[in-house]
Parts: sequence; C-alpha cells; structure tokens
Amino acid sequence: MLDRLRDPWSDSRAELMLGAVSLLVCASVIGMVVFVFARAWPVFEHNGLSWLGPGGSLKTQLANMQATSVNPPASAYHLRAWPIIYGTLLTTGIAVVLGVAIAVLSSIFIVELAPARLRRVAIPVIRLLASVPSVIYGLIAILVLVPFVGNHLITASQKTSVQSSVELTGEGLLVVAVTLTVMITPIMIALICEALAAAPRSWREGAVALGLNPLRAMLAVTLRAIRPAIVAAAVLATARALGEAVMISMASGASFFTPNLSHGAPIFLYEPLRTLASTIIDFSEGIGAPALDSTLYAFAALLLLSAFVLSIGGYLIKLPLRKYQVRA
Amino acid sequence: MSAFVPELQASPPPTSKRGRRSSLWTWRWSDRLVLLCAWTAGLGLCAIAAAIVIYMGYRGIEYLTPSLLVTRPAISTSQAQTGGILDPLIGTLLLTVIGIALAFPLAVASAIWVAEYGHGGRARQTLARIVESSIEIVAGTPDIVLALFGVAIFQLGILAPLSFRAEGGGVYGRSFIAAGAMMSLIALPPLFVATRDGLRAVPAHMREAAFALGKTRIATIRRVLLPSVRSNIATGVTLSVSRIIGDTAIVVLLLGKTLHIETQGSTPVASLLRGTGSSLTSYVYDNSPAGEGAAPQKAYAAAFVLLLFVLGLNLLVDRIGRSQAQSTGMSGVGGVV
Repeated sequence: MLDRLRDPWSDSRAELMLGAVSLLVCASVIGMVVFVFARAWPVFEHNGLSWLGPGGSLKTQLANMQATSVNPPASAYHLRAWPIIYGTLLTTGIAVVLGVAIAVLSSIFIVELAPARLRRVAIPVIRLLASVPSVIYGLIAILVLVPFVGNHLITASQKTSVQSSVELTGEGLLVVAVTLTVMITPIMIALICEALAAAPRSWREGAVALGLNPLRAMLAVTLRAIRPAIVAAAVLATARALGEAVMISMASGASFFTPNLSHGAPIFLYEPLRTLASTIIDFSEGIGAPALDSTLYAFAALLLLSAFVLSIGGYLIKLPLRKYQVRA
Repeated sequence: MSAFVPELQASPPPTSKRGRRSSLWTWRWSDRLVLLCAWTAGLGLCAIAAAIVIYMGYRGIEYLTPSLLVTRPAISTSQAQTGGILDPLIGTLLLTVIGIALAFPLAVASAIWVAEYGHGGRARQTLARIVESSIEIVAGTPDIVLALFGVAIFQLGILAPLSFRAEGGGVYGRSFIAAGAMMSLIALPPLFVATRDGLRAVPAHMREAAFALGKTRIATIRRVLLPSVRSNIATGVTLSVSRIIGDTAIVVLLLGKTLHIETQGSTPVASLLRGTGSSLTSYVYDNSPAGEGAAPQKAYAAAFVLLLFVLGLNLLVDRIGRSQAQSTGMSGVGGVV
C-alpha cells in the first residue's frame, strides 16, 4: 500500500498528463497566431494588400485613426505603410550584412587566432554582450551616440542643405544601424563558433598538408563547410533585428520620414526613420481606438509572417548544403 | 629505397605544427588583410563590451545611492525629489517570479514528454515535431508581438477578474498577472531547450538499468532522470530569468505604467496580481529622453542595477556549467539562446 502512495501515478496516466501539457503549449502558440491575424483583418479588408505601398502621409493617417473612437467610418482605416516598411528593411538589411561579416571574422578570431588566455576572456564577454537588455543599448545610443553624431559628425552645412524636408539631430539611421549590429552580432558568433569547432579537423589538416597556411585553410575549407550554420545564424539574427522595438524607438528620431538616397551618402545616414516594431510601441497607448488597434495588429501580423518566411527560407537554403554533413 | 631529394624552394614550406605559425611573410596580402580584420573584429567587440560595462558602471556609481534602492519613486518636477527605484525593483522581481512559476511546469512537462514519450510511432513523432516547432515559433517571435497577443487576450470579457473592469464594461487588461503570463511565454523556450537537451544527453543505460529493476517509466523520470538533469534545468531557469528581466515591450504594453504599484480590490495576494506597476526596464524607458521624463540620472541608476542583475546571472550560468562539467565529466548545455 505504501508503494501506491510513493509512486501514485501509472505510466499511461502520466503520459496523458504530460501530453496534455505539451498540447496546451502548442494551443497557446497557435492561438497567438490566430488572434493576431484575426485582429489585423479589418485593415486588409479595407485596404487590400495596397496598405504595404506608399501614398499619402502616414503621420496623418495614424492621427486620423487615433481621433476616431468606436464605430469608425471606413475612411478611417485608410493606410499606406511603406515608410515604416522601408525603414525596417533598411535597418535590418544594413545590420545583418555588417553583422554577418563581423561575426564570421570574430568567430575565426576566437576559434583560430586568439591565444588561449584571450579566448578564455573573449567567450564570456561575447555571452555578456548577448544578454544585455535592449533598453540599456537604447539608453547608451540616445545618451552617448546621438550627441556624438549630432555634435561632431553632422556639419552645419549638411543640416542647412536638407532643412526644408527634415531636421538632422543625430538620431537616425546611422546610430540605429550601428547599435543594431552590435546587438545581433553576439548571437551569430555563438552559433558560428560552435559550428567551427564541430567541423571536421581532418579536412583542414588536409588543406594544410597541401601547402595552405592555417588561416587560408580555415577560410577555404572550414568556412565553406559550415555554410548551413552561417545561414542559420543569419536567419536568427534577422528575426531578432526585425523585432527590435525598444532600442529603435529610443534612438531613431521617431519620425515617419524615409531616408532619401538622393541626398547623398553621409546625409542619408543621418536622417530619422521609424520601423514597424518601433511604431507599434510608440502608438501602444492608442490601442483603444478600433482603427488604430487593427493597424497595430496588422504590423504585428507582418512581423510574424516575415519570421515564418525567414525560417522557411533558411531551411530551403540549407537543403542543398546538407551534403557537407555539418549540422547547423 | 631511393633517396628523396627535395627541390630548392624560394620560401620555406609552411609548417603545420600546432603552436608554430607559418611565417607571416610567406602569406598573400589578402590573407594578411583577413588576419588584420579578424583581430580587429575580435578585439573590437571585446572593447565595445568593456566600454559598455565601464561606462554604465561609471554613470551608475555616480548616480546610484543605496537610499535609491529602498525609496519609493515620486512625481516631482525637481530631480532631487523624484525618489528612488523601489517600486520598479519590486515590479521586476514580481514579474520574474510569476513568469518562472507559470513557465516552469509547462516547459519541464513538455520537455519530458518530447524527450521520453515522443518516439515510437508516427503519431507521437509528428506530435513531438509540432511541439518543438511551436516552441521555436515562440522563441523567434518578437516580444512586442507577444505583448499585443497579451493585450488581445486579457481584454476579453472572461478574463476581466485578472485586471479590472471599468464602468461601461471595458476590461482594462493590464496587470501583473497579464504581464507575467506573457513573460512566461518568453521564458518557455530556454527552459524547454535546456531540459530537453539535458534529458537527451542522459545515457541510455541509466534508463535501462532502472527498467531492469522494475521501475515504471514515470518513476524512472521522477527518481532517476530529473535529478540528473538538475543543473541543466538550473541553467535554463537562469537564462529564462535573464530574458524576463531584460524585456521592456511586454512591460510597457501590459503593466499599466503607473509609477507606484497599485493594487486592485482587497483580497491579499490577488489584489497585487491584478494591480499595475512598473519594472526597471519600463522605468529606464520612461526616464530616458525618449519617454516622458527627462531624468537621465535616474535612468542611469536603474540601468546600472539592471546590468548588475544581468552580470550576476551570467556568472551564475558560468558557475553552474563549470560545476556540472566537473561532477559528471560531460559539458553542460551552455551557449546563448
């Protein structure tokens, strides 16, 4: 009888319980996707897919939505969100491209070039960089980098040359892209270092035996062999960069302006912008108004969709690379 | 045996002996450039990390006084009277406790099911794949999307007791329990992955020995496997905690942004859970130039406390990983999630 008290559960009952809990987790995730898309539906209903394109001033459209309360007219749902989609693509693209380059170089440094003492220091340091909260990155960006760019990098003549369309204060694309790069690089370094360490040594030793120097052997052989891991790291980093709301909201100048390439190289980098995620967090107080509500959910649905597309795309890219047998 | 006569070469052949690099002068220029870039990248990242920690430390020590940690914040126009960060600190701790309390059973139970019962038959394997994919989806979702999901759920009528209902029937939808529930979604993936990988790493002979002695499957899990993955679970909990305390978007959307912790109603614990407040992260966000207040000193102080927490948690993960490697000879599940 005491046995029954000590181990009261039978195998089948325990399995059902545990399976039920797992299904609960699945159900909440599926529920999340369903809820977000359901709340976003009114925007698609009134605008079709053209809300992703340009047209009109996004600022007035959102202000319009905020002004209407219950039962808004159909005209309140009018939305053309291209400025923030463009901002998202710009910041994410620059950050991921720079980040992959820096991450690959740093991983080669950590795995191959660093002396043992330096490696023991570098690994916890990278892990620390990855776990710093984004609000601290945002604080440093807005209190250190923005004044630096505003006072020392932007010249008065540059400010006056674009004064008619936008005011350059240092908050803008440059600060956001640099900080975002620093934020996503440590995630990639962790994955790439793991893959570099797991790549077969014999391949590299064969290259060295054929006369390549060690660094070139690593670049020519090991780096090509871990391409699936680099793809996986890039996908993870892009997902993180897309979803970054707080840091960008703090340091980007919070303006619906689209950085204009025709203004020339340095000025274009200083112009303020907004991304999908930072717009959601900036307008989060207005969630009561139904039109603004479904607009914000539409932005969130777009973010969710891009996360799905990214992971599927990453999987498809890794498919032909499977023959190298290095797991990512 | 014929003697092998090496030909005269212009440069000495590169050696592949570990520790003795081939002479740099035999390398091509592009290789030397890559070497320089790799060193710059590596040292540059270490320098950036050191700069962040040292700068935040400098500012934090400049602005943080011990009294700030125990004084409640106050609204005032003059800097000297805006009080301390006690309420945000309590808010962060409360959110962490709620988040981990909700996430721990869910994550560990799902991980046990996937690792132990998830094979044998097509149906089980498909279900296991679905569970793992769902957790991956949650891990890859941005935190504002999770926050918006929380707003959508907690404004439904049935969940009105979890925040409060205003006159006119609208559910407020913001409370500690709402934010804590979403925090548990954030905390779920690291805990799940750590537990599942720990269970997978347990060698099969341990299970087989338990079965041979007549234990049922659930008894082996409870008495043999779970104790042996204790340090993996500890690592997972620490990683989850550091994700929870660093999250801002969920707090900004779901916690009601009142400066003090406000309770709703009169039942002792439930009133706190239904109440609103702030956390360290939302306090920093509000006091920075991007939020309402222009109080960078308080923002620096709160950010420094936050950074200390994160550093402490990182050290804890290191310590756990090292003690596990010593005790079992296997390296633990480390790495960044």
